[in-house]
Amino acid sequence: MTLLQTNNLSAFYGDFQALFGINVTVAQGETVAIIGANGAGKTTFLRSVAGALDTAPEMVVFDGEPIGHKTAHEIVRLGIAMVPEGRRLFPSLSVEENLLLGTHSERAGPWNLKRVYELFPRLHELRQLPAPSLSGGQQQMTAVGRALMSNPRLLLCDELSLGLAPVVIRDIYECLDAITGEGTTVVLVEQDINRALDASARFYCFQEGRLALSAPTKDFDRNALTAAYFGL
Amino acid sequence: MNWINILIQGGLLGGFYALFAIGLSMSFGIMRLVNIAHGDLIVLAAYVALLVTEGTGIDPFLSLVIVVPVMFVLGYALQRGILNMTLSGGLLPPLLVTFGISIIIQNGLLQAFGAYDHRLQVGAIETASLHLGENLSVGVFPLLVFAIAVLGIASLQLLFYRTRLGRAFRAVSDDADTAELMGIDNRKLYAVALGVAMIFVALAGVLFGIRTIFAPLSGPIRLILAFEAVIIGGLGSMWGTLLGGVILGLAQAVGAAIDPNWQILAGHLAFLAILIVRPSGLFPRTRD
Repeated sequence: MTLLQTNNLSAFYGDFQALFGINVTVAQGETVAIIGANGAGKTTFLRSVAGALDTAPEMVVFDGEPIGHKTAHEIVRLGIAMVPEGRRLFPSLSVEENLLLGTHSERAGPWNLKRVYELFPRLHELRQLPAPSLSGGQQQMTAVGRALMSNPRLLLCDELSLGLAPVVIRDIYECLDAITGEGTTVVLVEQDINRALDASARFYCFQEGRLALSAPTKDFDRNALTAAYFGL
Repeated sequence: MNWINILIQGGLLGGFYALFAIGLSMSFGIMRLVNIAHGDLIVLAAYVALLVTEGTGIDPFLSLVIVVPVMFVLGYALQRGILNMTLSGGLLPPLLVTFGISIIIQNGLLQAFGAYDHRLQVGAIETASLHLGENLSVGVFPLLVFAIAVLGIASLQLLFYRTRLGRAFRAVSDDADTAELMGIDNRKLYAVALGVAMIFVALAGVLFGIRTIFAPLSGPIRLILAFEAVIIGGLGSMWGTLLGGVILGLAQAVGAAIDPNWQILAGHLAFLAILIVRPSGLFPRTRD
């Protein structure tokens, strides 16, 4: 069953066009990676799906419903949550308050404070601290937990590995299994190609706002990916 | 007048200025709205109270039962209907629009009530005082105003740090775009925020109308005092705003004790002095 579909998705920042006719399909329960160089339009794609950027209604279809015109807060309520690039925690809120912010979408489901603390036990010890006092990895866990608190059907992760040590990245990606185990569909945006491909079943490669390549991650042609990634 | 007396009067006056400033501090803290019409809204609240007391014959204190909800709804509608449209374009559009609202309120009040002075009468409490010593007496009304300011700020702190709504206010103040991504309807939240700010505007307006005479053009000077209290205290800090009001009140009282002509000027000089020493105020909290 198709959960998310973009139809000829184009997105603009003012007069600047960042996406050109992107067609992406994500099935229920699937983990899909979107890779590409800086400026390829990966983040723009996620922001368009999450409603932070306005598009035509039919360009983004979620669970059969056109949502391209909806605002971000309406879309979270439908079950699309975002872990934004750079984590974007609320600096004047504690760790626990940041997590609780995820409940403003008022969606019921398997995730609550207790479950998030089980997934990230370290956060339970740190829950009273202000978010900026945490390490980068702990902040990323908080950002993932905050998104989970809205009990999403589709989780959009923007650059989970950004600025983190490899061992920390590994820890966070291991937790993805627990998340997908709940039946949550995941779209990963990454610059770390290997990490993204390891965690996903299929990938899309963007290049300068256009779709350059899409394939299952198993036995893909590495040369074709390099060509698509760099536009060779 | 001995100095202890002067300092007590000045400090209590500060509670009054803090009350002027709370609403302004809130709307800047949460939605970065510099509300030029803030002083005029305080005066408007006083006129609403005047209508209520004259229309029903009830006590001005009791009129708050009507004035507070009226101002809440007005604030909600103002934000939802007009001010939300100005927020995406930087600091200038809300400045211009609230400046326009300020002029509309002033002239609307002139049209409706004339340029006369009005006052809200509460009887004996206006002049009652507590004798604390040989030469020391404290007015009951200023004391009451100070207590209301402290209680008001304390309840706002509870709202901000103990409730779901308060958490949303702080999150939106930190990062409005991300808050929207978490499912908060910023526009609705801003409307509630201005509504809550207007509860304090209503309180300030009624107490202002009891303390002194007011006229349609009394607003701008209230705005300046409120601004100074907010800036001295540091943007976004409610207790800082109270302290800012107290510093302003103390400076005015000391100035007035030296020479009555110096009262207002002394307050402004204290404000300038603090701006020079600490340009971002005493306890800045709001992040840009």
